[in-house]
Amino acid sequence: MALLEIVNLTVDFATATGSLRAVDGINLTIDEGEIVAIVGESGSGKSVGMLALMGLLPWTSTVTADRISFNGQDLLNMTDKQRRKIIGKDISMIFQEPMTSLNPCFTVGYQITEVLSHHFGGKRKSYNKKAIELLNQVGIPAAESRLNSFPHQLSGGMCQRVMIAMMIACKPKLLIADEPTTALDVTIQAQILELLIELQQSHGMALVLITHDMAVVAETAERVIVLYAGQQVEQRKVKELFENPKHPYSEALLNALPERAQDKHLNAIPGVVPGQMDRPRGCLFSPRCNYAQDLCSQEKAPLKDGILCHFPLNLSKSKKQKAINLETG
Amino acid sequence: MFRFLINRLMLMVPVFFGVTLVAFGFIRVLPGDPVEVLAGERGVSPERHAELLAQLGFDKPLWQQYFNYIGDIFQGDLGTSLITNRPVVEEFFELFPATAELGLCAILFALIIGIPAGIIAAIKRGTWVDQGIMSISLTGYSMPIFWWGLLLIILFSNTLNLTPVSGRLSFLFDVPPVTGFMLIDTLLSDEKGSFLNALHHLILPSIVLGTIPLAVIARQTRSAMLEVLSEDYVRTARAKGLSTFRVVAIHALRNAMITVVTVIGLQISLLLAGAILTETIFGWPGIGKWIIFSVFSRDYFAVQGGLLLIATSIMIVNLIVDLLYGFINPRILHQKSKS
Ligand SMILES: Nc1ncnc2c1ncn2[C@@H]1O[C@H](COP(=O)(O)OP(=O)(O)OP(=O)(O)O)[C@@H](O)[C@H]1O
Ligand code: SF4
Ligand SMILES: [Mg+2]
Repeated sequence: MALLEIVNLTVDFATATGSLRAVDGINLTIDEGEIVAIVGESGSGKSVGMLALMGLLPWTSTVTADRISFNGQDLLNMTDKQRRKIIGKDISMIFQEPMTSLNPCFTVGYQITEVLSHHFGGKRKSYNKKAIELLNQVGIPAAESRLNSFPHQLSGGMCQRVMIAMMIACKPKLLIADEPTTALDVTIQAQILELLIELQQSHGMALVLITHDMAVVAETAERVIVLYAGQQVEQRKVKELFENPKHPYSEALLNALPERAQDKHLNAIPGVVPGQMDRPRGCLFSPRCNYAQDLCSQEKAPLKDGILCHFPLNLSKSKKQKAINLETG
Repeated sequence: MFRFLINRLMLMVPVFFGVTLVAFGFIRVLPGDPVEVLAGERGVSPERHAELLAQLGFDKPLWQQYFNYIGDIFQGDLGTSLITNRPVVEEFFELFPATAELGLCAILFALIIGIPAGIIAAIKRGTWVDQGIMSISLTGYSMPIFWWGLLLIILFSNTLNLTPVSGRLSFLFDVPPVTGFMLIDTLLSDEKGSFLNALHHLILPSIVLGTIPLAVIARQTRSAMLEVLSEDYVRTARAKGLSTFRVVAIHALRNAMITVVTVIGLQISLLLAGAILTETIFGWPGIGKWIIFSVFSRDYFAVQGGLLLIATSIMIVNLIVDLLYGFINPRILHQKSKS
């Protein structure tokens, strides 16, 4: 049985200008101890999708799904109170902005011991030793004296380490890391990623790594989900995706990698992710797609074998012929 | 922290001189003088009038009077009341506890109701609960104190007969003054029921005096909470699986309080202005009523000394609030101790 199973997750926001669909039918299954990456450009719904799973979206949001189950429990139809017993303990999440994600009014020690005493009971103070242990684990020097530090006395990288310590304190089965390195210096980024992978292996926890960097995906994950404008356009094993991407957007993301650059200039994808107002009628990627045909801008792309496209790439020749024959009738 | 304190104390010097000038000038700008008031309806002959003024030293040039005033202050002498013939300092500190007690109860009332009301409004933003709380607070804010006081007296004292109309304690009780705080003194005395009686007397004046601070604190708490609730660290607190109560009352409120405390400090300073009216309405024997009486009787020394002491107590309150602010906001505390 999969540890986490999400079927057809959709999130809408009520905004002043009408309803906004930020996540549009994501499917995701994760086994115990597995690393899955979620990639996509800014605004593609990576954060919103995972926040929906955690129940952390603001009240303007509407979350629907056919099924969300975690460890055999139905997360979708449980009360907030029941959910609060699971999040922070069995599923936890670290965020994009380490500096603002820690409470400026409480010490590092307070914030770590709080989560322990909340889920396991007992006095906060009784977890001080455990907190020092955790800080050591995430590579914070002079851990004992750091317990009394306030977040503003720490660097961004240190804050993120504290966040990690806090979120792995209860030994979660699943950790969601939402672009954990985006806000950090390049040199620190690699260290934090390494730390996460190390912890994932030593704790045997499953890891969802949200990123917009294909290079990170290649280094870390076993499977990857590619999101575009809230839609899941491709879901594959990382190795397969890098060898032969089937969705034009995945291919474009790979071509944008520095090591695949031709003529020394990056192949950035032209254009931007469509917003609420300029959503194309057919395939959402069609205005930017190199392979777009007339059909693409008229009809929604079909989902076949985990690929959301009228004309998937790199199919074996006969299969591709068949696909085109089918489409053109 | 120490340097911060010194800085604040240095800032008080110009404020101090400003206050002495205003206090000195204000009472002399008013028409009439103490001799006229003392003489009352009967009046005095111009010669006798001049003679008495000279006796009190009011015939000297203004600058000389002012320097005498300042000189006396530095010798710790704030003058003697022209009416009661007692040192101004003595009168002030005799009446001060009554005002402090009323002010404390009023601000307590404002905090106990205002902060939760602001929090609830923020959590229920946009709903009828929020709109209800905010309309009531706007009404409270714009309510003239005098009118509001009379309204409450008519309703609770006259019609329902629930609360006393004036004073601090019923004449039936004989409570020796120890601290000057009636709630404490009544507890110390062995008069049965006197504590409850004192409490009864405090209810209406505290509500009247606390209404405006309550409205301001509720609005400020609401807006500070709204801002804080959308912060990343509140999301983190929720991601830990903490109860809504803990997220709101510990993680969010602590941060919201940083801005609310400043406003509370400001309200405490403004409280004394409200106390003048409230004490007059409820016959409350405190500083406010005393200073009004001193102004009407042109008791130059009492007004000069009294205003200075009032200003000093406001400055002390502000200093305490500033220190408290540093204590609540760790970022300030650590900057200050580093410098
Ligand atoms: N609270 C909200 N109210 C309305 N719209 C929102 C809200 N939060 C996110 N959105 C919208 O949902 C869409 C997806 O946002 P999301 O934060 O999931 O993007 P992302 O893929 O995480 O991007 P990034 O890489 O920048 O973090 C965006 O268009 C965003 O504007
Ligand atoms: S459906 Fe058409 S436009 Fe969309 S990705 Fe496929 S080929 Fe490109
Ligand atoms: Mg994001």
